[in-house]
Amino acid sequence: MSTMTFGRAINTGLRKAMEHDSKVVLIGEDIGKLGGVFRITDELQKDFGAHRVIDAPLAESAILGTAVGMAYRGYRPVCEIQFDGFIYPAFNQIVSQVAKLHYRTQGRVKMPLTIRVPFGGGIGAAEHHSESPEAYFMHTSGLRVISVSNPQDAFAMIQQAIACDDPVLFFEPKRRYHVKGEVDEEVDLASFPLEQARVEIPGDDVTLVAYGALVQLAKDAALAAREEGLSVEVIDLRSLSPLDFATLEASVRKTGRLVITHEAAMTGGLGAEVAASITERCFYHLEHAPVRVTGFDIPYPPAKMEHHHLPDLDRILDGVDRALGRTNSLSDLEGN
Amino acid sequence: MRSVSGENLVQLLTPEGTRAAGPYDEWVADIDGARLQGLYEDMVVVRRVDQEATALQRQGELALWPPLLGQEAAQIGSGRALRKDDFVFSSYRENGVAYCRGADYTDMIRVWRGNAPSGWDPYEINMATPQVIIGAQALHATGYAMATKFDGADSVAVAYFGDGATSQGDVNEAMVFAASFQAPVVFFCQNNQWAISEPVTLQAQRDIADRAPGFGIPSVRVDGNDVLGCMAVTREALDRARSGGGPSFIEAVTYRMGPHTTADDPTRYRDPNELEDWKGRDPIDRLAKLLEAEGLLAGDFTDRVNAKADEVAGLLRHGCVTLPEPGELDVFNNVYTTPHPVLERQREHYSRYLASFEAAGGGKR
Repeated sequence: MSTMTFGRAINTGLRKAMEHDSKVVLIGEDIGKLGGVFRITDELQKDFGAHRVIDAPLAESAILGTAVGMAYRGYRPVCEIQFDGFIYPAFNQIVSQVAKLHYRTQGRVKMPLTIRVPFGGGIGAAEHHSESPEAYFMHTSGLRVISVSNPQDAFAMIQQAIACDDPVLFFEPKRRYHVKGEVDEEVDLASFPLEQARVEIPGDDVTLVAYGALVQLAKDAALAAREEGLSVEVIDLRSLSPLDFATLEASVRKTGRLVITHEAAMTGGLGAEVAASITERCFYHLEHAPVRVTGFDIPYPPAKMEHHHLPDLDRILDGVDRALGRTNSLSDLEGN
Repeated sequence: MRSVSGENLVQLLTPEGTRAAGPYDEWVADIDGARLQGLYEDMVVVRRVDQEATALQRQGELALWPPLLGQEAAQIGSGRALRKDDFVFSSYRENGVAYCRGADYTDMIRVWRGNAPSGWDPYEINMATPQVIIGAQALHATGYAMATKFDGADSVAVAYFGDGATSQGDVNEAMVFAASFQAPVVFFCQNNQWAISEPVTLQAQRDIADRAPGFGIPSVRVDGNDVLGCMAVTREALDRARSGGGPSFIEAVTYRMGPHTTADDPTRYRDPNELEDWKGRDPIDRLAKLLEAEGLLAGDFTDRVNAKADEVAGLLRHGCVTLPEPGELDVFNNVYTTPHPVLERQREHYSRYLASFEAAGGGKR
């Protein structure tokens, strides 16, 4: 067991995956000598060579498109998208090619790509550097979508993503890169299946669902609520596609109340999917309509305004209040 | 200036059917009378495949077909230059190339009949299944070539695309990556003059082949209706790639004599005189003239070629009309390599739904 930052945990996981399988190659912008703008690939090119850690020209579609070609030849590329907002030029290759090639070739061609995406806000960045594009990819069949929230999960699940024969979008909450945590490097990877949510804090009154950077906020909210005598169950989704409905259903059947929080815009977002599916599956167990606490339906705002957009502790607690039917600022409005 | 003939166009066989001497001769020095006859047979057969598939579409047996009429020389010339261990990433019109790779005839029409998302196993014939998103495959070929280089192998990836694709970012990004990593890839552009209704002049203000040198990639323009010229320039490019010389770009100047697909009506946008003009440069006619002049177009040879074309057309038609219907739950297959709980649930729901009709004695509301 050792203590390391979230960023170092991913670096260590990448190193293990590269040692384990010589077909694992990394490709992305500035990932070589610089070690990536967030230093996630620090030292890897030095140790594995420029043919295993490939500094790419600045062309996201080409990073993904050439990775497709490498996968055709049996490689397991790990693509780094430098920032969330830069994934859009690669969107065509991801949704039209990476996601569909196994289906299109009737199972003959595998696309074991991992696409690492530092995502989300809260670091005071410029535009295009703080986005949460995960819902676009959840909506695309053939992809798996993961978001980790702590160093241990990051270490284990990046290796699981690389080992998976399906393409995986791996969303890393960039504002957590420097947060430290315990990592057991000898951990059994099989105990980190790619599609399992985890109950972070057990509780009985409300189910609070989060992923990525907001897991910590959700845990903080649960502690604050405890002081008011409330028992909030916090779930870290980890897998955004497929969603782990077994864990979600078990929790909602117990608590009868559901709050989902994410940074991404509300409309058509992950919260909508969780709310609709849980309502279908657990309607007679619900005491209140599911509540979403999300970013607004706006382009990501400038740094000095981002705190208005991002869910914070109080907005999450406010959502918990609404799920409990308590009176607050939004109580007289229909829906969210 | 763009041109369809002239000094910058490699041509080893003129429209009049005579051999034109040139520096590329050495690349086809081994093509003797028998091999010329082989190329002729290939072109006649793929034209027949095209005609049969077009007829099947008109008879309602295929939903769509993208004809290659007029592009036989570009596809056979280049396709017959490849080695078995080379890997092709094509667009949707390269049925002539697929024929060279040994694709099963039924596999060629499986997609167009709507029975399956793809035809063949890419690893069986070393050719990816047809790509509809314009230009995307240029990147796949480049990545495959990069991986080939990692492996230390001397096989080559070949990307086929049309003039329209050269406007796409992916084709240009592919050239950047291919040059940066000196990938053993050949970009084979069939400039057939039309991207559906958009003329090549909308895509390019200069010869398309002029672009590649700007990326650091050597390029050549070839008469795309000259099967020997196409074979020669492809062999040169493959040789460069195999010997560590990196990527090459070929612009084969040809003409799509038919519609873009069977759903298209080129009379709405094309001058009929243009088609007449290109008929004079027909790739099969010109090789026939050469064979004739050399006494190689004797009756028993043409009889044999026609019998082969008949046989292939018969196999294609039989394969098409006897293709089994896909299974009810096959739509759920191969989305993921490993079970996906949400999709498994949807499959289970649909399965139960279907079973409910059987339980009720069949028949939907």
